[in-house]
Parts: sequence; structure tokens; C-alpha cells
Amino acid sequence: MTPERKESIVRNWYKFSAGGASVVGLIIVIVIIILAIFAPIIAPYPEDAGAVVKFSESKLPPSSKHLMGTDTMGRDVFSRLLFSLKGTLLMGVLVLAISVPIGFIVGVLAGYYRDTWIETVLMRIVDIFLSVPALVLALAIASIMEPNLRNSMIAITIMWWPWYARLTFGVVSSLRTENYITYAELTGAGLGHIIVKEFLPNTIDQILTKMTLDIGYVIIMGATLSFAGLGEQPPIPALGNMINDGVKFLPDMWWLTIFPAVTIILIVLGFNLVGDGVGNIFNVEGN
Amino acid sequence: MSEVILELKNLKKYFPLPGGQSVKAVDGVSLKLFKGETLGLVGESGCGKSTIAYTVVGMYGATEGEIIYKGTNLAQKGYKRNLQQKGEIQIVFQDPGSSLNSRRNVGKSLELPLKIHTKLNKQERQDRIDELLELVGLPVDFKKRMPRNIGGGERQLVSVARALGSNPEFIILDEPTSALDVSVQAKVISTLIHLQEKLGLSYLFITHDLSLMRNVATRVAILYLGRLCELAPTAEFFHRPLHPYTQMLLSSIPVATDEEEKVKPAQIISEGEIPSPVNVPSGCTFHTRCRDCMDICKVEVPVMIEIEPSHYVCCHKFKEGEPIAAEVE
Repeated sequence: MTPERKESIVRNWYKFSAGGASVVGLIIVIVIIILAIFAPIIAPYPEDAGAVVKFSESKLPPSSKHLMGTDTMGRDVFSRLLFSLKGTLLMGVLVLAISVPIGFIVGVLAGYYRDTWIETVLMRIVDIFLSVPALVLALAIASIMEPNLRNSMIAITIMWWPWYARLTFGVVSSLRTENYITYAELTGAGLGHIIVKEFLPNTIDQILTKMTLDIGYVIIMGATLSFAGLGEQPPIPALGNMINDGVKFLPDMWWLTIFPAVTIILIVLGFNLVGDGVGNIFNVEGN
Repeated sequence: MSEVILELKNLKKYFPLPGGQSVKAVDGVSLKLFKGETLGLVGESGCGKSTIAYTVVGMYGATEGEIIYKGTNLAQKGYKRNLQQKGEIQIVFQDPGSSLNSRRNVGKSLELPLKIHTKLNKQERQDRIDELLELVGLPVDFKKRMPRNIGGGERQLVSVARALGSNPEFIILDEPTSALDVSVQAKVISTLIHLQEKLGLSYLFITHDLSLMRNVATRVAILYLGRLCELAPTAEFFHRPLHPYTQMLLSSIPVATDEEEKVKPAQIISEGEIPSPVNVPSGCTFHTRCRDCMDICKVEVPVMIEIEPSHYVCCHKFKEGEPIAAEVE
């Protein structure tokens, strides 16, 4: 590692950790990732992630044997929670991994061809998506497809990319008239060079900041679809369908609902704090 | 004089406005640029200097007229410049803040023209970048620096080095020093002069700073509202300016010493402001501010005449073949 590289890492860590909250967020996120990866090892009752019925142990409140109690079929809530984390995180990462490149390409083309029909067509399509409430659109899309985790991700991706298109469009259309872009055009650089080498380095800060902030919101959206029965189907555990199962038994069997709900809150909080820190590195205002 | 590199023939560039009118930014400019010279193009803000630069370099298409570069008309409708022409005609912009991508280091910015216009491999490109930096008098380790970490003058020198990357013959300098501190200006100018001698470059030097032209330009052209007023070799231009507008400009240069004060023409208070290029005055465009305005000036557009060898002027006061009137001194 060169000294400059080392120095820049130290400086970025200093900016990231300013205030301390982002470090807490980072710890939460790392713990959740570790729990998700090692769920089969950590979970006290790994078999409970499937369709198991143990009537003798059903509806038990939290105890040392069942940290978060058991559900109506006698399955360990803590074990099911651990197994649901993987799908939850995958949802956040995959949705963004697909929607961010799509949004970037659409936004950069619309911004680069500002004031032409290309901008008009692309940005009006973006406007149409943005004008429908996100959740309503996702519910509508998910409900016309077979309900499972993959299709709920597709539904969220479809309504998520326009935000990145608009973000990129805003940045690129203001950079469009910078002299270095003009110079690249005049000297004969291709569109690929201009997009990847000139625009992308200037847009990446905002995109990365928004991505880390967005993972949490995507996860909420995924949990909402799953709560509505449009995500992962039982018996496979997901935070949303676990809450849905537990809601009927409130307030007596509070542990069925509270623990998955708190988990969602922790995940979203963690990613948001990390997002704020990433924003501090790049001097981007969080939303 | 030597070979003509660039010739503008009656070049016009209008920008249409909503409502049928148009901004006549450049309205019939004809001039020649010879190999190895520096042609200073001087005028007030909004007179069309930069529009000429951008039209020649290919940012805008010309509305009318011809831009003949080495025998090819670049302004022809539908004519796409080939890669070689894009490399041979280069530009250095006015604003050093926006001419380099703030997210790419100096070396990467310098590599772009090399990637496009040369067949050098990766290592050869790095060597060439070192060479280019040395040419403009910057240390080699600048290629790892980011634009925000170097000064305005240094950024401008990097822009010059970048323009040299494609081995150009002709560089358009669009007010390359007007955004810089005076102390830094001198360094950039002397580097430009040095490069011209070494590489045989031709410059179209656009500026509003007449006193700078005295030391830099081979010939000076004065532009007013998109039309040329006067074009003369530098010594002749400063010694005997003919056009009333030129005289007004020269008399308004601030001077520091008594010797300079003596050479300076008598102070002519400039009247009025530059009219809008949307509603150009009839006849001679300068008649609204001219102290020698005659009746003919308001009606008839004057034509450019060669009043003395290579001294051109565009004013009704002068007729081809007639001796220059005494009132000039």
C-alpha cells in the first residue's frame, strides 16, 4: 500500500467516524451480516426454518431455552429470525445492484442529450414512474406475478431505478457544459469514454451515498410486500411474513411481532447511519 | 507571408431566439491565419470573439460562410471533421477551473488525446505525459496531482500540455490568461511564446486585453458586434490605429509610466454601450458610438479595405487608394 493510499484511507475514516453514530451503524450492519451468513451454525434450532410442527413447545414466551419465544407451531422465533436475515439483506443488495446501473445509464443519457428528444422521452418515462406512489406500484406489480422473493425484488427494482435516473440526470445535466466535456468531444472521445471516465467519477459520490441510505428503505419495502403476502411464502421465514403471522396474536403473544419488527428497525437504522457517514466522506447531504 | 493555415470567409453564426429574431454573434468575418503567427482577436465582451473560437473548433456549426483549414472547408453543411482534423485544431479554454475534470488526476487528463490520436502503448503514453509536462515547464510528479491541488496558472499550463498531446498545428487560445493573477499570466504567456518558437505552432489568441497583444501578437484584429473593424500587423496597429473604435480602445488602456503615456493616443471618452447583437444598428454598426459619425455611416455598411499593405480597415473615412488623411495623428 502506498503512503498516499494509506493517508487517504485514514482521512476518509476520520470523516466517516466523525460524531461516532456512523461507527455504531457500521457495527450493527456487520453484526447482522455475520448473523445472516452463519445463521445455520448460530441458530439453536436450524430445522425450525422449515415446515416443522412441535405442538408441545408452541406459544412459549421468551426464556433461556427459546430466546425470543416460539410461534403457534412451536418453532423457535430466534432461529427463524436468523434465517430470514439472508433474504432480507439479499433483497436490499440485489435490488440496488440492478436498479442503480439502469438508473445511471438512463440518467446519464438524458443528461448528456439534454434539450433533445432523447431527454424528453427518457425523463417523461422516469416521471411516470415517480408520479405513482412507490408502494402502490410495487404492490400492483408484485400482485400480477407469482408471489415469491424473486418477483418481489423485481417489483421493487422496477419502481426504484427512476430515483437514480433522476439523481444522475441532475448531476450530469449540470456538468454537461463543463469545458472538459467539451474538450473530450472536440478531441474525438467516444460516448463510452465520456460516460465512464468523465461523468461517472463525478456522480459516484452521490450514488454511493444514496445507495447506503437506500438499502434500509428497500428492506422496509421488501418487508412490506412480504407482510402483504407478496414476498417470501411460508414456511420460509421472512421478517415481513413473520410479523404478519404474529399480528393476529397481539398483544398476548407480543414476541411473535416485536422481535422481527425491532430487527427491521435495527437494520434500517444501521444502514442509515452508515449512509450518513458515507455522505460525510463525500460531503454529500443525506436525505 | 508564409502558408495560410486557416481562412475564414464571410463567417456568420446566428443563434435563433424564440420569436423569429436571432443573435448575430458573428456577422461576416473574413480573415487569414498564417503558419507560425499569433493572430490576436480583440474585442469587448459580447462582440463574438469566443463564438468565432467555438465555431472554428467545431463546437457550433457556422450559419453561413466558410472555414477553410488547409484547403478543406470545415463549415460545409454535414461535413464531419475527421480524427486528424480534431487533433490538429486544439483549444485552450478561458476558465481553468472547468477545463480539467476535478475527479481525474492530471496524468489521466493528459492521457486522453494520446489515447485517441496516437498509437503509443501504455508505457510510451506515460513517457509522453512526462515529456508534455516538461514542455510546459511543470514538474513530472504533477501527473499524480488532482486539479484542485494545483494553482490556476498551473491548471492552464496542463490544458496547454493536453492540447499539445495530439501534436496540433494550430491552437485556439480563448482568453487563456484572463482568469489568472497577473504574476501567473506572465508565466503562461512566456510558455506559450516559447512553445510556438519550438514547435512552429499557429495561435488564434482571443482576448480583451489589448496591452497583452502588444507583446504577444504578430497581427491584431479588432472585432465589434460580430464584424471586424481593423486588422493590422502589431507594430503598425499600435503606432497608427485608423478605425475610430480602435482609437477609442487604445486610448482607454491604463498605463503605468510616463513614457507609455507619451505614446498613448489622446484620451477619447467612450460613449454609450455596445448595442445588442439582436438589433444591430443599420449601416456601420459602430455609428452609434462613433465620434466621427457621418451621414453615410448610418445607411451604408462599410467594406473592409486594404489601406496599406496588410493593414485592413473597415470605415467610411477611408477609401482604397487614397492617402490616409492627416487627422489620424
